[in-house]
Amino acid sequence: MASSDSSLELEPREPVPSGSAFRARATRRAAQTADAWRSDGAARWLFIWPAVLLILVLSIFPLVASVALSLGRLAFHQGGVDLKIIGFANYQQLLFGLERSHFLGVLKAPNPIGWAVVLATLALCAVAWTRAARGGRVRPIGLLLRLVGGLLLVGSVWVLVQALASDGGRPGALIVTLIFVFAGIVLQYALGLGLAMLLVQQVPWRRFFRIVFLIPLTITPVGVGYMFLMMTDTSKGPLEPIWVALGLRDFTWVTDPWLARLAVIIGDTWQWTPFVFIVLLAALESLDQEVREAALVDGAGRWQSFRHITLPAILPVTTTIILIRLIEGFKIIDMPNILLGGGPGTATQSLTLQAYIDWNTLNLGRSAAIAYLLLILVSVVATVYVSFVRRRVTDLA
Amino acid sequence: MSRYRMVAAAIIPILVLSACNSSASPSPSSAAPQASTPAATTQASAPAASASTVAASPGTKFKGISVNILTFNGPQVAEPLQRRAPDWEQLTGGHVNVVAVGFQTIYDKALLDASTGTNSFDAYVFDPQWMGDFTGPGYLLDLTDRVTNDPQLNWQDIGPFFRDFNATYNGKVYTIPLDGDFHMVYYRKDLLEKDGVKPPATWDDYLAVAQKYNGQDLNGDGQPDYGSCIAKKKGAQSYWWIISIAAGLLQGKGTNDGAFFDTSNMNPLFGPNEAITKALETYAKTKDFGPPDELNMDVGGSRGLFTTGRCALTMDWGDIGTLTPSTYAQDKTGATITPGWTQVLDRASGKLVACDATTCPNAVNGVNYAPFASFGGWSGAINAKAPKENQDAVYDFLSYMSSPAISGIDVTLGKTGYNPYRTSHFDNIQPWLDAGLSQPAAENYLGAIKSSLTNANMVLDLRIPLTKRYEQDVLDTAVSQYLAGELDAAGTEQAIADGWNAITEEVGKDKQLAAYVASLGVQR
Repeated sequence: MASSDSSLELEPREPVPSGSAFRARATRRAAQTADAWRSDGAARWLFIWPAVLLILVLSIFPLVASVALSLGRLAFHQGGVDLKIIGFANYQQLLFGLERSHFLGVLKAPNPIGWAVVLATLALCAVAWTRAARGGRVRPIGLLLRLVGGLLLVGSVWVLVQALASDGGRPGALIVTLIFVFAGIVLQYALGLGLAMLLVQQVPWRRFFRIVFLIPLTITPVGVGYMFLMMTDTSKGPLEPIWVALGLRDFTWVTDPWLARLAVIIGDTWQWTPFVFIVLLAALESLDQEVREAALVDGAGRWQSFRHITLPAILPVTTTIILIRLIEGFKIIDMPNILLGGGPGTATQSLTLQAYIDWNTLNLGRSAAIAYLLLILVSVVATVYVSFVRRRVTDLA
Repeated sequence: MSRYRMVAAAIIPILVLSACNSSASPSPSSAAPQASTPAATTQASAPAASASTVAASPGTKFKGISVNILTFNGPQVAEPLQRRAPDWEQLTGGHVNVVAVGFQTIYDKALLDASTGTNSFDAYVFDPQWMGDFTGPGYLLDLTDRVTNDPQLNWQDIGPFFRDFNATYNGKVYTIPLDGDFHMVYYRKDLLEKDGVKPPATWDDYLAVAQKYNGQDLNGDGQPDYGSCIAKKKGAQSYWWIISIAAGLLQGKGTNDGAFFDTSNMNPLFGPNEAITKALETYAKTKDFGPPDELNMDVGGSRGLFTTGRCALTMDWGDIGTLTPSTYAQDKTGATITPGWTQVLDRASGKLVACDATTCPNAVNGVNYAPFASFGGWSGAINAKAPKENQDAVYDFLSYMSSPAISGIDVTLGKTGYNPYRTSHFDNIQPWLDAGLSQPAAENYLGAIKSSLTNANMVLDLRIPLTKRYEQDVLDTAVSQYLAGELDAAGTEQAIADGWNAITEEVGKDKQLAAYVASLGVQR
């Protein structure tokens, strides 16, 4: 841009060229243009296409190939292996067949609390839809989509309460994954924001704590899994004397499914809170202090300042962090696998872990089917989240 | 123009350097063709040739040949291969590259490598249970002629069980044993002798002994310890222990009877019947006398607790015996055959019946012992599609590793994860004493192994196509759910039966039945 601007400024000052000089200049310019084009084109080709091809080979092709895999079954034969197409049998097995109890869970009739949750969700959806319809601002197609979305939400809540708020119900890998994702995100965001708010102040040892808080993020998830495996080992782990001193000799994380899930969530939170912390810290440090100071001068309290100035200001960053953690959280495998092997029973078996177990026994078709169901779930949740948050951010703006 | 030239100038040296680099240091697989020197080919093509049998100059026989072996990253199992490889390389001029991966990934890595034609590994040191998946499609090299004509290997010195079952499938030898595996029960000999308590003969005895010592201070540290430590973590070894406990209730008429399926119709024996109910209940009761987090403990945890004196009883492979030297449990440990039962399953009715001469012909004092050869022992198999010279070299290395002189030392070391499997391992007690065991401890340990190996009712581990899915997926998940209280006994039995039947139907019932019967058809 700079060079073209300067040439524009200089051109009028140049004398009018003679015919031969003009031709020579035109030839030179044409050659320069061709060289420049060739140079840019070559660079473009050289730098962009390898990356595009790499993405196509490493991402798109496996994505398409795994569709076929999810619809098939491997058969080993003399000198090779065949993929026998069996239609949607792998999906059928997961959603309605033998693996349903592991994938969705054991679903029983809801207890009174479960019914209350379902009815409350139904009522909320009905109210929201009625308001949208009466408002007249939503087009018919929008109303239809809202209706479908509402029904999906009620259906999801129905499945959840049958597994979690029922007598004899039990969550499967899908619901366990959702628990890990949402509980983890809430904890990580709350802790990350708290730590960021703390270190944005001029506290002693500020730089030191910034580095210390980042350490968990630098450790490989498998390493974190083994570390928590040792720490939660109450009979022979390094913290055994502490457990004993606290009178928790017979305490264990692993016989109760909810304690086991809590152990996984704590480990995951320990590892990923620093990510939330560092991004929010950067966002907080970039805020205009004058606005907050003006609010304080006008008599706003600390909470009011935080609620009405700080939170809205960091909302775009918050949106991004939660989206990243949401997508990443659905893929959780290291912590439940290393820490508990998905146990006790199937209490901590996430979707990715279930796919991994199938992969290890070369049940590649079912493993791919789980991966595709996970892809659909993540896409739906992320899309709903983004559209929901975008509207809120737009409203705030 | 200048940018174009700069890019070109930057890329050309990179390409040239890459080309030079790749030609200077070839990958293991690219080294194979270079190894096909006339001398190496000639030597290697001799039938059943081995480093020590062919009169070749030391250090040149497999010169230039590099072989890749896939195995478990233990650190046991890979350790002896990595430690011994330089010695073999010195002897033959070859090179061994041990690729060690996690236990859960060996099976799929090996099978995909062979089935997709990648063939990046020349040999696999793996679980011989998986042979059913490898031998059918012809992924493994038939070693029958080699092993029987190899003086270095001394095939007849290998225990009959490991020769005829572990290494053999449908009458052909496919693997070279490096390890001998089956379960035994270990007990605190010092405590039981002091109290005049006999080692458990039945599982009821086991529970009684465990109850007696549970909560007592067993190692003098002033803290209460545990009556029994059996690893129960999901995705680890949990499913093997339940097979050991159920074995004596399921198999009464000898090895050929089978303990997994009814050999007449392929109906799962691990299904709704009184034997499995009793086995599950017994397995769950051992929890009452174990550490609080036993449900999340793998075999490394139970070994640690036993060798530090914190458990009165444990069940394990032969590893405990070689792990005790220099620990609290040294000279305080006794080993005995896996406890049995005084009842056995009547397969027609699904009920338990008392053991007698007809139902339990091999019973000792009315107790039906059925020691379980779980896993079978790490064994080396050769990729049928590996280059010929690599097959010869890697065979020679595996033969070297299994040879009496080398394996005689390795099986006495706890760090190897290898347990005895040769007659000479039992006859020559000196290496055991050198490894730190006392004479009585070594004799007790080897005696327990011998009594298991010579038992006519030994239970063979499942070895049919998709074995890993039957055991490590369906059985492991169902048993783990039972221990965690997610399923009751009836639900667990039904889940196992349904899961196993689904796998059987997937492969084909007739095919699986034929494979199962073939795997049991060993004449001993």
